[in-house]
Amino acid sequence: MASLSLRRWGLEGIFLYGYAGRILKVNLSRKTYKTEPLSEEFARKYVGGAGFGIKMLLDEQPPGIDPFDPENPLIFAVGPLAGTMAPTSGKYAAFAKSPESNFLGEGYSTGFFGPELKRAGYDILVIKGKSEKPIYLWIDDDSIQFMDARHIWGKTTWETETMIREELGDYYIRIATIGPAGEKLVRVASIINDHWRAVGRTGLGAVMGSKNLKAVAVRGSHDVEVADPDGLKEHCAELYEEMSKSPKTAKYRTLGTPANVIPLNEAAALPTRNYQSATFEGAELVSGEYLNEHFVVKIQGCEACPMRCEHIALIQEGPWKGTAARIPYEPLMAFGPYCGVDRLEGVIKAKELCDKYGVDAISTGIIIGFAMECFERGLIDEKDTGGLELRFGNYEAMVAMVEKIALRKDIGDVLAEGVKRASEKIGKGSEEFASHIKGVETTGYDLRGLKTCALGYAVSRRGADHQRHGSYGHDLSGKVDRFKVEKGRGRLVMEDEDVYCIFDALIICKFSRRLWDYERMARIYREVTGIPMTGKELRKVGERISNLGRLYNIREGLTRKDDHLPPRVMNLPIPSGVAKGSYVSQEELDFLLDDYYSTRGWTREGVPTIEKLKELGLEEYTYIVEPKLKREAEK
Amino acid sequence: MSKTGHLFVSADPEKCVGCRICEYICSFEHNGVFNPLRSRIRVVRIYPTINLAITCRLCEDAPCVKACPRDALTQSEENGAIIVDEDKCNGCGWCIEACDFGALTLDPDKKIVMVCDLCSHREDKKPQCVEWCPEEALSLTNRVILAQKARIDAVEKLFKAMLPE
Repeated sequence: MASLSLRRWGLEGIFLYGYAGRILKVNLSRKTYKTEPLSEEFARKYVGGAGFGIKMLLDEQPPGIDPFDPENPLIFAVGPLAGTMAPTSGKYAAFAKSPESNFLGEGYSTGFFGPELKRAGYDILVIKGKSEKPIYLWIDDDSIQFMDARHIWGKTTWETETMIREELGDYYIRIATIGPAGEKLVRVASIINDHWRAVGRTGLGAVMGSKNLKAVAVRGSHDVEVADPDGLKEHCAELYEEMSKSPKTAKYRTLGTPANVIPLNEAAALPTRNYQSATFEGAELVSGEYLNEHFVVKIQGCEACPMRCEHIALIQEGPWKGTAARIPYEPLMAFGPYCGVDRLEGVIKAKELCDKYGVDAISTGIIIGFAMECFERGLIDEKDTGGLELRFGNYEAMVAMVEKIALRKDIGDVLAEGVKRASEKIGKGSEEFASHIKGVETTGYDLRGLKTCALGYAVSRRGADHQRHGSYGHDLSGKVDRFKVEKGRGRLVMEDEDVYCIFDALIICKFSRRLWDYERMARIYREVTGIPMTGKELRKVGERISNLGRLYNIREGLTRKDDHLPPRVMNLPIPSGVAKGSYVSQEELDFLLDDYYSTRGWTREGVPTIEKLKELGLEEYTYIVEPKLKREAEK
Repeated sequence: MSKTGHLFVSADPEKCVGCRICEYICSFEHNGVFNPLRSRIRVVRIYPTINLAITCRLCEDAPCVKACPRDALTQSEENGAIIVDEDKCNGCGWCIEACDFGALTLDPDKKIVMVCDLCSHREDKKPQCVEWCPEEALSLTNRVILAQKARIDAVEKLFKAMLPE
């Protein structure tokens, strides 16, 4: 009789608690696949999620290739906690070389897909090659099938999910899919699972599209076993209590992240009208308070999450009546203040379209804000926009523009390349107000008056990003003088990055970050896997993953000058509000980078030294740094 | 059987958030592992906002019991739970079809029917899904109590303006 236990069913001699113990490698060109065991040594060294993904990308991707080359591996990875009752563990991550940055592409999503992949028996899924015709991958435990997707090609993510479930005849199948935007290689295309959960950033949906891979459908029937069931249960009881009741998570349970709008506006840190301003006069109308009072109809949760933060907003009247979308702060910022829009109906509709067409809502909003400024300055006109009066505040034009970008219609075809490439094409000085770092559009913290955070953004391995460090916390809490640069900011950012690497390796939700420290993370790791792990060792893993990301980017051509800030952050002081006059000068950025690099044990050019690689057990990547170190020494 | 009817696990659709923690704890409690397929309570989400956990409602004169051609199912006189005779059940699935709520499923290993047992193996007799639901969306209740609650809710709504703050 078939057994569901990974242990009894697993590969000879390989059984790891928590982990599935296997890597699945699929080749879409040849329609072949194989599985490889996941060793305990590998598990302990890289933990999961970010550690697995970046490591696999380094090892599986031929250096220097184009992101749309079939050899660019698209990697899905889960963490050791996925599939257990460890709170917020229902996550997965995806990786590939990013078509936006040409550096590390990386994104995280929740919902229900990740644990299902674990139960199917895989910690890591590596997809290489390119199918001749559109297909979707059907992973049913050990059965891997390449399914015809010609009839689904062109469908929205929502239609795709329904069609695949009906076709395969199981409601509980989980699907990660691209929409039309990914098919059309829109560089900000996302991967969507469970209706509206997204691997949003860095354009991984376009990589999926370049492989003619419409979706990955998963059904897993295996048990996930843990090493210390009683210990985990006791620990979970504590965590559940804190997560569902503690003030440390209250924000996410009540107003949700849109609670940020008012305090950020007061701090003059709310990116507004394409970074023209850091305050928005319409902030009240797009605040978390307003959203919750007028639009939120339900707060629901992801798999194994006692915190539940998914705020569902519903438009209850007017032409968009019935539109429902998940509204966190970031897309709200992008389609609200950033586009000068104070109508939440517009924000909700735009977000819904992003999820259905499969584009990153943050980047899409930032791109439209950029295009609005181009329009107001006369760099593009109604002929380009297909008749849209694309001015700040015109929420109807904004919503129409989402579709044009996702489907590459009119100027949308240019904008679909992201603000960096679009501004290079449009020219006429528009590069000066294109808001991106490493080609990835900025997110919801105005960096001009948040200087620790600015450093975090400049060095983030996946481009403009608050999620790799969360360093705005120091600035906004008043722990440091946010308008100043000084020694020690490098250490703050480094420590933030390294601990965030562990959140992304285990993978647990950063909304619960105030409940965790290294010791507690090590404790739950031990309870789940039985692998000895201390807080100190976990800190080392965090540093290792941070360095792995750096090594990957350096191998793909990154230098110090890629750790930059958007021109506006450096050239246009904040015009009003409590942060009036603040910006980051080149000298300040250089000071911050020097401080950060030296704290990390990297060279002045930001290259990890051979000693650092030895210390972290990454000697095998000496080949990446050696030529750079030599050149730097010769200088 | 008590005068107010058997107690069963019921989810409040207003409170249920679809997190599936009940599924995790159910499989953990019964099998010591995590696997929704082993759970006797299952969550349904219908987008955008409908979430509901469903398990056995301990129907009076239960149709699953009647449907079994092998007399493998009986209803406990003591607490109303459906008891599966593992020797008699051959997993034919007639009872699954007979249940309007999809509360019965096949044990994925043994291929015989499994259904909520109200955690009666526990000394404290406390259903663990109810204990662990972070939203307090699950409760051990019966039709009489549900009706009482509904009645009170309705009256409260009707006379909301008159209630003290």
